[in-house]
Order: sequence, then structure tokens, then C-alpha cells
Amino acid sequence: MGQLKVIEGGGEVAITTRLSDLLQWARKWSLFQYPFVTACCGMEFMATAAPRYDIARFGAEAPRFSPRQSDVLWVVGTISQRQGPAVRRIWEQMADPKWVIAFGTCASCGGFYDNYTTIPGVDKVIPVDVYIPGCPPRPEAVLDALMLLQEKIQANDRRPVVVPPKHVVENAPGRAKEEGS
Amino acid sequence: MSQAVLDRLSAQLGDRILETSDAFGEHEAIVAVGDWVEVAQFLKDDEELQMDHFIDLTAIDYPERASARFDLTLMTRSSVNGQRIRLRTRVKEGEKPGTLSSIWMGANWAEREVYDMFGVEFEGHPDLRRILLYEEFVGHPLRKDYPIDKAQPLVPYREVADITKLPPFGIEEGQPFARIDWEARLAGGDQQVSPAIGVQQGQRRTLSDSEAAQQIQARIDARLAAEAAAAEAAEAAHAPEEGPGK
Repeated sequence: MGQLKVIEGGGEVAITTRLSDLLQWARKWSLFQYPFVTACCGMEFMATAAPRYDIARFGAEAPRFSPRQSDVLWVVGTISQRQGPAVRRIWEQMADPKWVIAFGTCASCGGFYDNYTTIPGVDKVIPVDVYIPGCPPRPEAVLDALMLLQEKIQANDRRPVVVPPKHVVENAPGRAKEEGS
Repeated sequence: MSQAVLDRLSAQLGDRILETSDAFGEHEAIVAVGDWVEVAQFLKDDEELQMDHFIDLTAIDYPERASARFDLTLMTRSSVNGQRIRLRTRVKEGEKPGTLSSIWMGANWAEREVYDMFGVEFEGHPDLRRILLYEEFVGHPLRKDYPIDKAQPLVPYREVADITKLPPFGIEEGQPFARIDWEARLAGGDQQVSPAIGVQQGQRRTLSDSEAAQQIQARIDARLAAEAAAAEAAEAAHAPEEGPGK
């Protein structure tokens, strides 16, 4: 959390920081989300929200189905040209500060829907903070995206980022066992 | 199996059935546009046929055909005796076949879809509007002369000069799909009729041809070779110890 200064004396401790840092810290651990779920990526979104991956650990477990009460817009799935005005309007209704996560390849760049009916990435309509590649992305990638977003919020950084792909760990448990089977 | 349907049609309607065909077990009858509704009504009402199940209605575009541009194709089935039949008619551009929505209720939306995608209008349809696309859309996208990647955005695309990074992503970032320069496409510069033709003419830029893709392929090859070598070495090390207990 930004700069911290510890002041001790007389058996008591006080910690000071900057107000903006404190505010961003509070924001990043209390992200109310608006799930704009249109397609199959929604299943991975549900998995992320369910207990096994438990997005509640990051303070982002509360979905709000009113854009006016939410901080993060999750665009989960393919966005057709016909849906463009709807997603744009929902984003406009959200109160500042607000963030957008493009969940999956379709929301990020249109994916393999390369035609007259699909928006080639929701960032053509609204600004996106974090892109999650994958078709669909694993819940781990979604959590990575959330942590990236938290870092960006703390640093007050609005540049868009892409969740980097995870490389397969050669010695991961479960992979090594194949030899003995 | 549905030869009986064709026989019945030919026997009852005679020369109104212009052609019949039987390919791969699928039976088809071709009628004139003027007879379209009446033959469909006969399929539904005839006590032997009883085609009560409307499966689908769609169209095929043959832009090169001078006589009639569209084929209208109706698929029906009888839930009573399990027979199927495909009825087809040839429609000129601007010609209006009658609606089947009074015969099968399901034809209502199917005809709207045909109108939406091909621009074929149906005489007497109760509510002929676009069903999938939006009203602002110009043209009919499943016509073969519609540019395959011509988008008509309802919301103007954003100006993106202020941000540092936008898709298309690099292949390293897990986005191996080929993407086209959409700005040029909106301006009408990068349009094409068919992706296959586009590739032949070198219009379509794919990431798989790029240097980055080749580098990644080389890396994958090297890793596979290393794995194979390691596996061989491990096998050689284990070979003398291998007992019958395994």
C-alpha cells in the first residue's frame, strides 16, 4: 500500500500514508462486479466465483446487477454488433471509478468470429483495463487478471494490460506420474 | 424411405412437380414459385402424407444463375409415419413467394430469417421484419455478394490513439487467431468476397506466417527434441534395472 510511515512513541504505534493510497487500497479489495455474460466463458466465470477458486479471497465476490452499484464490468463472451449499444450504455451508467475486464478471446479481439455480426473486441466500444486471453480462460487466468487489476488500481495505472499466458511447468505434480503408469 | 412421398406427390399433383430427385436417401421435389404454397398445403393436409412437422426453411444464393437467383428449401417431416421430404423452389430476385406461416406456425420466424439473411420477401407474411440483425443493417449478409467481413457497427468504434496497447495480440499472448486490420476494413480497403479467395490473392494477413510464429515453432521443436533425448537417456538408464515386477 504505497508509502507507509511508522511512528512509535510512548508505547503506541501510528502508521501514516497518503490518502490516495489508502483510498486505492480500499478500492482494490472491494470490487463490486457487473457480469455482462453472453457466452460460454460464463462457465469459467462461474467456476472462478465458486468455492474452489473462490474469488471472494480478493474481495470481489459481490455481483451487482445494477451498473450503478458496480466497479468492475466483466465482459464475458462474444459481443455482437447488436449488443454494442447495450454494453456501451451499461458502461456509461457505471459510476467512476470504474474498470473493465475483457474475459476471453472473443471479448478481447473477437476471436474466430471474424464477420459482419461480431465486434472485434469490446475495446472498440468501451475502454478495457485487463484482457484475459483464452478460449475460455482457466479460472487461474481470471484470478491473475483480478490481481493485475488490483495492482493497477493501487498504482493508479489506467494502461491496458494482457494477462500473460502460463507456461506448462515440466515438473508439475501429476505430469511426472505418467512415467510409472 | 420417402420415395412413397414423391410417388404420392407425382400421382396427385402430376406436372406441377417439375423435378424429383433422390440422392443419399434424401428425397426432393422441385415446384414452381406459384405452386409453392399449394404444394406445401397438400403436404400438410393429405391424409397419406400428413407432413405436420416443419423442420426448417432456408435459402441458397446462386448469384451466377441467370434464371432464378435463390433456391428456397423447405424441410418437413411427418410425425405420423416418419417420412421426410425436401421441397424446393427457385425464386428470382424481387419475386415474392407466398408465406407458409399459415400452414406451419414455425415458418413465421424461418421466413423472417430468410428475409433477414437473403432479402427474399414473402407475400402475406404477418410480420416480415429482420429477426437476427438490427434494423439499421444495410443489405443481406448471406448473399454471396455481401463482403464477408463488412461490419456495420451500431456504436462508432473508439479512437484509440491514447492507449498503448490494443489487440490483435501477439501469438505469444495466447491469441493465435488471424486478425485483419479492421480500420482498413471499415474504410472499405480490405474487403473480400470469400476468405479462400482472399488468401489466394494474398489479402489476408495471418499470424501463422509471421516471424514470431516461426520463432515459436522453432522453440517448440527444440523443446520436443530435448524431451525426446531426455526420455531416451532415462530409458537407457532404467533398462538394466527393469524387472518382472512392473
